[in-house]
Amino acid sequence: MSKTKKTETVAGTLIFVLIICLVCAALVSVAAVGLKPLQTANKLLDKQTKILEASNLLAVALKPENIKVAGSEDKSIVSTYDKYVVAKMIDLDSGAIIDGDVNAFDERKAARDVTQSIKPKNDMAGINRRANSAVVYLVKNEQGQLNTIVLPILGMGLWDLMYGFVGLEADLNTVSSVVYSDLKETPGLGAEVLNPRWKALWPGKKMFNEQGDIAIKIVKGGAKKGDIHGVDALSGATLTSNGVEHTLHFWLGAEGYGPFISKFKDGGLD
Amino acid sequence: MSSDTKKALFGPVIDNNPIALQVLGVCSALAVTSSMANALVMTLAVMVVTAFSNFFISVIRNQIPSSVRIIVQMAIIASLVIVVDQVLKAFSYQLSKELSVFIGLIITNCIVMGRAEAFAMKEKPGISFIDGLGNGLGYGAVLMVVAFFRELFGFGTIFGMEVFQLVQNGGWYQGNGLLVLPFSSFFIIGLIIWAIRQWKPEQVEKD
Repeated sequence: MSKTKKTETVAGTLIFVLIICLVCAALVSVAAVGLKPLQTANKLLDKQTKILEASNLLAVALKPENIKVAGSEDKSIVSTYDKYVVAKMIDLDSGAIIDGDVNAFDERKAARDVTQSIKPKNDMAGINRRANSAVVYLVKNEQGQLNTIVLPILGMGLWDLMYGFVGLEADLNTVSSVVYSDLKETPGLGAEVLNPRWKALWPGKKMFNEQGDIAIKIVKGGAKKGDIHGVDALSGATLTSNGVEHTLHFWLGAEGYGPFISKFKDGGLD
Repeated sequence: MSSDTKKALFGPVIDNNPIALQVLGVCSALAVTSSMANALVMTLAVMVVTAFSNFFISVIRNQIPSSVRIIVQMAIIASLVIVVDQVLKAFSYQLSKELSVFIGLIITNCIVMGRAEAFAMKEKPGISFIDGLGNGLGYGAVLMVVAFFRELFGFGTIFGMEVFQLVQNGGWYQGNGLLVLPFSSFFIIGLIIWAIRQWKPEQVEKD
């Protein structure tokens, strides 16, 4: 580009750049603001899908008779969620249910805010900071009784934090599922935590032993048959497997949902 | 279709492929080719960005002061990339989650910038737009071939449909661990470049 231009003055250049910036900024803002509602809806739907999956209700939502119009799976997911799931905000240290806007709560934002989070004393999950509150999901059955409790979890895998949900049955001991929603593990190795065959190993396992200690473990080389606390490790993904175990131990422990679980077992809810 | 248009649209697929001949945009070609669906969405995103950035830059090519032309090009490209990213998040959330940062990194894809500087600054808007589409096609052609081999032999699937049943799913096929990892694309792209140059020896650089 060696052509000489008539606009090659400092003022002309500045004005030109200013106009370009304004036009680009307007374009970007229109796109960001205009598409925001759709994006928020997508995020919420994604979360609700995972929660339903963690409480084994996703199959119900996707049953052909529940989908009235072809392609309306999303609607069925939302209505199933609304029908069965109640979200409650809890204070993690005391385990008590507190008031709070469950929809506005953002765990990642809270964990970054020093006034809303603490540094765990025993940070085995490698999360660095833990938010003071959390949102738990109480899932009812057809008769309106508590069926599953879905607890959000996060912890370090091999590459980065892995976010997910663990579903516990009403005894808060029996696992109904472990569902990861957001992770950056190696495809084919660590990311096999998303493999339905691995996820199928979880239902029915017990988190705690008879003394009430956390006993769930990931077993390298495969858990023994009938081991109610052991789940097979993923082959080729030792660090991810360890991450899952540490994540569960942290979140079921005293600095995680421990206080909530003991309060709940004492009937301290509602 | 005139021969110029044809050349601008299909030339970059084999004869002047941005990845195979000019060796641009290799970084993203490594990252997004673990599945064919990802590669396809990335291809479409790059096509849209290259075509429109070429178009807009060409429209104002006689007004852009040459002292700041790179910055102006970047501003236009960056805005388009953000728009594409937002649209994906709104209409294809799952895919945008998987492609995450790589859509944003289209800004740094040398193909977009290269076409703006080498083509759109000199040519009329219409043909620049076509040239952008063509280069997106060329980029996508390589991406799809790489993704085909990586997904088929790494995961035993094509577009997520099972072709070879993996051992971990109770089948017979042991997925190739190398192809699952991004750097395996180097081997595949190398082989593609070799194959194209065997076929068209004029692409071989002189020593």
